[in-house]
Amino acid sequence: MPRVNYEAPTSVDDAVKILAGASGLAKVMSGGTDLLVQLRSGRVKPDLIVDTKRIPGLIGIREEGDFFVVGAATPGVMLSGNEKLDHAWPGIVEGADLIGSTQIQGRASLAGNLCNASPAADSVPAVIAARAAVVVAGPNGTREVPAESIPTGPGRTSLAKGEFIVAFKIPKPKPHQCDAYLRFIPRTEMDIAVVGCGTNVTLDASGTCIDARVVLGAVAPTIVVVEDAAKALIGHKLDDATLAALDAAAQKACKPISDKRGTIEYRTKVAGVLARRTAAIAFERAAAR
Amino acid sequence: MSKHHVTTTINGEPTEYLCEGQQTMLDVLRDELGLTGSKEGCSSGDCGACTIIVDGDIVCSCLMLGVEAEGRKITTIEGVAEGDKLHPVQQKFLEHAALQCGFCTPGFIVAAKALLDQNPNPTEEEARYWLAGNLCRCTGYDKILRAVMDAAEVMRAEARR
Ligand SMILES: Cc1cc2nc3c(=O)[nH]c(=O)nc-3n(C[C@H](O)[C@H](O)[C@H](O)COP(=O)(O)OP(=O)(O)OC[C@H]3O[C@@H](n4cnc5c(N)ncnc54)[C@H](O)[C@@H]3O)c2cc1C
Ligand code: FES
Ligand code: FES
Repeated sequence: MPRVNYEAPTSVDDAVKILAGASGLAKVMSGGTDLLVQLRSGRVKPDLIVDTKRIPGLIGIREEGDFFVVGAATPGVMLSGNEKLDHAWPGIVEGADLIGSTQIQGRASLAGNLCNASPAADSVPAVIAARAAVVVAGPNGTREVPAESIPTGPGRTSLAKGEFIVAFKIPKPKPHQCDAYLRFIPRTEMDIAVVGCGTNVTLDASGTCIDARVVLGAVAPTIVVVEDAAKALIGHKLDDATLAALDAAAQKACKPISDKRGTIEYRTKVAGVLARRTAAIAFERAAAR
Repeated sequence: MSKHHVTTTINGEPTEYLCEGQQTMLDVLRDELGLTGSKEGCSSGDCGACTIIVDGDIVCSCLMLGVEAEGRKITTIEGVAEGDKLHPVQQKFLEHAALQCGFCTPGFIVAAKALLDQNPNPTEEEARYWLAGNLCRCTGYDKILRAVMDAAEVMRAEARR
């Protein structure tokens, strides 16, 4: 394997300086479960790997006012082990927890999942559905942007040279608000989503939906926020007519490919099914709190 | 390009080595330190034959860089037995004949040990999910699961004594 330089800065500023000053291709590393596979296969040929895990705050979950702040490199095992986050956003934790095996969970992070920019990334739909923001550090300081603005196409992100994600800011749920994530794979473990769906709903006291976000994975080149699916839910209870409208909106948002995991027709149909199922779970959870 | 000097703890022993940036932990264990118990089945995180424990969590050593071990505590298959005394998981693998070619065995044993350290009383379903990242092309998994569940029982009995 070609030689690669490695740096493990211990501050955000140092990391930005190293990234911005790198002459060749510099890649940020969190858990390395995508990056090191791609390095090995030759799909990426970095000159420098910048490991963020020694920067204080990059690993860990804290609460700041109305937000959970999740360090960008926090591994899955710490997300599922955090009772408060799991209680607040079971859908986010379900999505993150589906990534790979126990071994992969020891390393895989939300930032890596988002920035690898696969449309099938399992943690991303529920994170976007919760209107999470990411804190991006770079040569011009830090900025906060919605998580959905990061991936721009398979393997591509909107991050500029010298920039990296420091943390996810996930708003805490409002009264009667909750989420769910489901993916469809042909077996029960260790596979890539044919379709994934994250749904986040807020209800009023009578069980009528007053806010919603429905986000589909693996049905287009990027993850899709399905505005019409949210519209199908808002103002309604979860009856058959609402479910039918939701299913139709989800199907309409699909621009999938056919591959070994599923045909266009199949993916489209499954997207509608998962939208209905995640909505049912999210409504039930939201009503119960 | 200079090599990195790494100071770490492997199987309780303070350990130092030099490695290059791109070298994986698995490369370091096998090629630099002569710890060849961890196996390379795929180098892509799929098979679990390279499983090690880092600060209490299992990871694929093929998807970790050797330089990342700085200051960490690592357990490999070589550190699972206590001297000549096999770990209950190892003993039960032998008794249940839970291996054929044995290539996957170190990874299964390390992963199973980590499971039982955290959860002394797993259901079979929990054990199956925990071990889903360990692949075996020989045994069909059944004997492995029986060995792990049996080892769990032995360890619970030992803990009660
Ligand atoms: C066996 C196996 C099974 C898998 N199963 C699944 C699965 O079921 N579902 C799924 O969605 N994924 C799966 N993956 C893919 C991978 O584990 C996830 O995408 C994981 O979340 C990546 O996180 P990481 O921290 O390891 O990322 P890394 O490998 O560290 O990084 C991934 C990419 O993001 C960039 N990056 C990392 N951190 C930052 C940051 N802070 N700022 C900017 N850019 C950054 C890196 O430069 C790289 O391009 C699997 C991988 C393996 C090996
Ligand atoms: S060699 Fe590491 S998972 Fe297969
Ligand atoms: S015993 Fe041969 S791979 Fe498991």
